[in-house]
Amino acid sequence: MAETRDNIRYLSSHEWARLEADGTVTVGISDHAQDALGDVVFVELPEVGRTVQAGEEVAVVESVKAASDIYAPVAGTILVCNDALDSAPETVNEAPFEGGWFFKLQPVDGNALNELLTPEDYRALCAADDH
Amino acid sequence: MLKKTCLNSCHIDAGGKMVDFGGWEMPIHYGSQLDEHQWVRESAGMFDVSHMTVIDILGSEAKLFLRKLLANDVDRLKASGQALYSAMLNHEGGVLDDLIVYRLADGYRLIVNCATREKDLAWIRACAEPFGVVVATPGQLSILAVQGPEALSILQSVLNPAQASLLSQLAVFESGAVGDWFIARTGYTGEQGAEIILPNADVETLWQALLAGGVRPIGLGARDTLRLEAGMNLYGSDMDEGVSPIACNMAWTVVHNGRDFSGEGAVQAARAAHVQPRLIGVMLKERGVLRAHYPIYSGDACVGELTSGAFSPTLQCGIGFARVSASAQPLFVEIRGKRLPVEPVSLPFVRHGKPVYTVIS
Repeated sequence: MAETRDNIRYLSSHEWARLEADGTVTVGISDHAQDALGDVVFVELPEVGRTVQAGEEVAVVESVKAASDIYAPVAGTILVCNDALDSAPETVNEAPFEGGWFFKLQPVDGNALNELLTPEDYRALCAADDH
Repeated sequence: MLKKTCLNSCHIDAGGKMVDFGGWEMPIHYGSQLDEHQWVRESAGMFDVSHMTVIDILGSEAKLFLRKLLANDVDRLKASGQALYSAMLNHEGGVLDDLIVYRLADGYRLIVNCATREKDLAWIRACAEPFGVVVATPGQLSILAVQGPEALSILQSVLNPAQASLLSQLAVFESGAVGDWFIARTGYTGEQGAEIILPNADVETLWQALLAGGVRPIGLGARDTLRLEAGMNLYGSDMDEGVSPIACNMAWTVVHNGRDFSGEGAVQAARAAHVQPRLIGVMLKERGVLRAHYPIYSGDACVGELTSGAFSPTLQCGIGFARVSASAQPLFVEIRGKRLPVEPVSLPFVRHGKPVYTVIS
């Protein structure tokens, strides 16, 4: 059973989004997603400063199995990317909720996160996926 | 209902992530495909390939028949036990399958692919009719491939004395039998190793002994990246019934010597054709992963596509096979709408754990 975290929100496309104390949003992919993808070998990250809409394709994660698009969970501006993934993409597998984060964005509206899936909703989605 | 090999519970015990592979429940990996790949390059791994098909051709006319059936010439097998890689072509010169043929004491043994089993058997039986040979599919057999720099020494330590003695006498691409075990120095990884065809009743004991000896189970995912690095084709991806052996880097296996094998006329026409697509190795010069069906450009013209692609764990870059009608450089691959430069290289990419390719200029 894949791990989920309770203090964050999810997308049905398996990204997670965490509202930080400073009002920024950190984005990554879930443990369930990394497990389904298998070993991650390359992550294509967005340009810092880019303005994105909710649901827009902003990054790509390439695993041994497939290439998958990563969507922006909420509208905002890309503040910083996790460049450590360039040399250590396996961090996405090893610590998807910690060192394996993809990028941080400054949301247009922090409350937009409330529209995303709760941990309970996401767990139910993953359970359905597993059957 | 998926078919299961005799090692199914062993795969699950080893943490195998099981998938539907051509109607068989097989392990795609046991945790990390990259780790499994590296383990085969550096130590020894084992692959359950019991889903593949064993076909024995027996009878006094077996050689005559196979010289017509196969594009490579079994007359090159001068002694019992020798093995040969060959294409089996239809009358139009398309590749029905690729296979390894071993010369037995009383005939020949073919190992063909899993997904092509019924098609191959129907074709072989139809072609065999005028020759009066026996086409047998021995049942109750498992196949275990053990590959890697440590594979032979670990195998030696777990086999019984007669089997170990046989293995020690075999050169690469040679085989032999001890009782109802068949041992061959062949494989699909570019490493040292052996493939063992043995009774179902014996396979779990061998698996457990190899596991205890330090051989790790390897899934289909790493099997694919290992064979790709080794420059070996995958049937259904790099070639199929619509593809000439000349267009899938198999011209070296096709022997023209007047014996008139199935598909020979079409192959000769393909060799003579002015524009003939061919399969080449390519490497991505930027970070990323190559995958089957990505289009290839020579300058601004689309000249073909990738038939296989992957991230190479040994070379740490994207590698693939491209079928192209022209290879005037510079070559580009299109990935998600972006054209990135690729370098044509000689095959294989990797042999015995080391890069061996050269860039074609």
